[in-house]
Amino acid sequence: MLKGALRSRWTTLAVLALVMAIVPLIAPSAFYLRVAALVWIFALAALGLTILMGYAGQVSLGHAGFLGVGAYGVAIGPAHLGLSPLLSLFLAAALSGVIAYLVGRPILRLKGYYLAIATLGFGLILALIFQSESAVTGGPDGMAVARLTVFGWRIAGAVQWYWVSAGVLLVGAWIALNVADSPSGRALRALHDSEVAAAGAGVDVAAKKLAAFVVAAVYAAIAGGLLACMNGLITPDAASFMHSVEFVAMVIIGGLGSVLGAVVGAAFLIVLPQALTSLQEYEQAVLGLLIMVFMIVLPAGIVPSLRNWLTERLP
Amino acid sequence: MAEFLQLLFSGLTVGAVYALVALGFTLIYNASDVINFAQGDFVMIGGMATVFLAAAGLSLPLAAFIAILAAVAVGLLLHRLAIEPARGASPVALIMITIGASIFIKGVAQIVFDKQFHSLPAFTGSDPIALGGATILPQSLWVIGGAIVLFAALYLFLERTLLGKAVLATAANRLAARLVGINVKVILALAFGVSAAIGAIAGVLVTPITLTRYDIGTLFALKGFAAAMVGGMGHPLGAVVGGVLIGLMEALGAGYISSTYKDGVAFLAILLVLFFMPRGLFGGGSVERV
Amino acid sequence: MTKSAFGRQFVRASALHAFALATLLSLPALAADPIKIGAVLSASGPAAFLGDPEAKTLRIYVEELNKKGGVLGRQIELVLYDDGGDANKARTFATRLIEDDKVVAMVGGSTTGTTMAMIPVFEDAKVPFVSVAGAIEIVEPVRSFVFKTPHTDKTACEKIFEDMKARGLTKIGMISGTDGFGKSMRAQCLRVVKDYGITIVADESYGATDSDMTPQLNKIKNTAGLQAVVNPGFGQGPAIVTRNYGQLSIGLPLYQSHGVASKSFIDLAGPAAEGIRLPAPALLVADKLADADKQKAVVTAYKASYEKAVGQPVSTFGGYAFDGIQLVVEAIQRAKATEPQKIRDALEATKGYVGVTGIYTMSATDHLGLGTESFRMLEVRNGGWIEVGAR
Repeated sequence: MLKGALRSRWTTLAVLALVMAIVPLIAPSAFYLRVAALVWIFALAALGLTILMGYAGQVSLGHAGFLGVGAYGVAIGPAHLGLSPLLSLFLAAALSGVIAYLVGRPILRLKGYYLAIATLGFGLILALIFQSESAVTGGPDGMAVARLTVFGWRIAGAVQWYWVSAGVLLVGAWIALNVADSPSGRALRALHDSEVAAAGAGVDVAAKKLAAFVVAAVYAAIAGGLLACMNGLITPDAASFMHSVEFVAMVIIGGLGSVLGAVVGAAFLIVLPQALTSLQEYEQAVLGLLIMVFMIVLPAGIVPSLRNWLTERLP
Repeated sequence: MAEFLQLLFSGLTVGAVYALVALGFTLIYNASDVINFAQGDFVMIGGMATVFLAAAGLSLPLAAFIAILAAVAVGLLLHRLAIEPARGASPVALIMITIGASIFIKGVAQIVFDKQFHSLPAFTGSDPIALGGATILPQSLWVIGGAIVLFAALYLFLERTLLGKAVLATAANRLAARLVGINVKVILALAFGVSAAIGAIAGVLVTPITLTRYDIGTLFALKGFAAAMVGGMGHPLGAVVGGVLIGLMEALGAGYISSTYKDGVAFLAILLVLFFMPRGLFGGGSVERV
Repeated sequence: MTKSAFGRQFVRASALHAFALATLLSLPALAADPIKIGAVLSASGPAAFLGDPEAKTLRIYVEELNKKGGVLGRQIELVLYDDGGDANKARTFATRLIEDDKVVAMVGGSTTGTTMAMIPVFEDAKVPFVSVAGAIEIVEPVRSFVFKTPHTDKTACEKIFEDMKARGLTKIGMISGTDGFGKSMRAQCLRVVKDYGITIVADESYGATDSDMTPQLNKIKNTAGLQAVVNPGFGQGPAIVTRNYGQLSIGLPLYQSHGVASKSFIDLAGPAAEGIRLPAPALLVADKLADADKQKAVVTAYKASYEKAVGQPVSTFGGYAFDGIQLVVEAIQRAKATEPQKIRDALEATKGYVGVTGIYTMSATDHLGLGTESFRMLEVRNGGWIEVGAR
């Protein structure tokens, strides 16, 4: 029975909610809440990517570009178009989805590493636009972002942002888990294993891949919008190639296709550098070493490996 | 015409470096299906180690030689300590390991070397040569010549020597290669070592032009990877053509279209190529096993 | 830099690392109640050119100060974080300094992007923040808790155009980096250029990581009526621009910005750097200053202690950090208190403080405190810097 529980989506949500409830109780200062909020926000983006990479098996090296679309949308809406930040957030997420739809149709015909390069190029072009169109985007030094207000409540401060980002992640996780268990989700995973077989079984391969791509883009955009509003500022490096690689790392280290894996991966790459600051110059070397060790010892990712280990030992 | 020539020289020089990095990617991919994200860091080791060894008093050729050996050692260590233990893992996990390795190498480089920019003196002087109204640096000729020589050497190695054919055999089918008595582990180590050497030589050749720093590896890896893909993953000629193509696109884009968006022009060109030829220029058709 | 100096630097670097580690490990053992000063710098990443000398300078200075007994009888504890040039990370570290480390003042923000990301944190927490970045928007509009030590990009443009006007150069070309500093300085230059009767006839840009600018320079070279070129940018770009400039034999006067005010620029650019002019603080010509020059003593002392400890030539960026922490320490001494508000008030009241970048006089409407006089126009001659032009 416990084994079944380990794989149930309710367990995942329960564990997530439990951790979210505990963190504020043990956090010594607002700084830890800010770091946790960053983890929830980046986990949301990583979640979108794990749906694309883990369920549908499509590699994207331009994910941070969509995060940038969301972030800049939320910045430009109020500043240049006079819209409210909340409305801008929704519009930016929708815009991100539309861009993903338009770009995805030609790009997703590519396979494997070819797809990776195409998404890399696309992400680079987006980052380049954010950096170059200074009149609209503020250029390399970025632009200020108006605070987010939801029905009159102005979200400010580490505590409020902690709960907002946690809540949004929980909703995002619930949606992702539902998708995974639905016919669409099973179709996606069939795609991952073998596109030809899936097509033979009646799955509309192109449509499903595109849907996963769009969903990933929307998740990233929402995460980007939240990040921009929380920081009150957005810079083009948020959409950089290195950040795209970071998201891929979160997904792989945490465990491909695992919702908890996306969260654990995000936590790994955000909390660890903070914990390693006392090493000063040695931090990067140690971080690289830890990534290598984790991947050698747990090649399936942290959460799947943990789950397998627990499954073997439970009745 | 003179302007076009100037852009051509500029594009060929930088394209030659991308081609060499792409060759390294291709070699390792052929032997092991791994995309080695640390490939660009071999370029960095070649350049930085030469700079520091030369500053410590060694002559330039000796410093370069030792630097290349150092890069080969790093490549072999990477294979032995990071790739070998994870042999059965999925390609995605292996790529993640190389990403971790790249971060690690950069982290060590900033401690062993330093975080400033460095340069090397040009091999045969820095007086530009006038050619058809444009100028080209002697060092550019070294880079382009070096790329041609290395590519030719690699081609001859793979096609004409027994060891080289063993590499190709391993790439085609690892199990079959093992069955005919090829020591796959040695082949893989060889691939990593040779790739590292190619990268390091590229680093030594190009540092007098592009300067070097502990973190330039990432950018070269990015462009080299793109070049290898656009040329058709696993095809050495494709890697070279891809590299030169990207270099030319960047230079012509900067000169004729927009200097701000020149990287965008290059990648747009890549996207177009892939749109019409989803397996890259030399990728050709391939059968997908059901 | 000479070969042997480089070799010595190896030993120095390891000694510095060992020392840093030892300091970190021994910190808890220091006397009770040190004064905590924070620093978030880009010691690694694309802006390491700036952040690395800044971080080294802060460490050296705090160590020297603590040896002499500290400030107000207490030791200084430097809490230093590396943001890698990432604005989001900088913001996180700023929050950490305020909430977790509880610092009383902060010197840092190597780039404008990271500075702007951190400003709201320090303004909200009412803790003084002395930035070491270049853009004018850091102190314009004046924010009560934000100060800055480097000259603004606007002042640099003004100094360059002043010199061009004096030489009768009225039609110029501009080639700028698309990084934050290059772009921001380009915008400032465009804004003030007409005041000096100069027109910009060519305007190109290059990416911060590009390795060949001959396409852009070729375009500039072929522009009719060109008399001079200015290159706003920092890092390796200007060095490559300078080399390409020589390679194309353009032959016209080239001006760089204070973003490359360091000896390593001359080393990287090679012989093509001869004759280049740029505005820079006195630090670069320390040994050539007249004895009567007010800055000579401070500048010579900083240069000596930095070069002895690090084994690399001094850079103006380290100088910005030096002035920053000196200003804070001096403010603490004047205020005879360590409450952030009191430090801020004392900072604002700084008058005639002689730093390595210039002589600072702050006020409620001026949180930089420097004018064009402290900017010297330098020229590269025989591989070294000399001062030219009127002040």
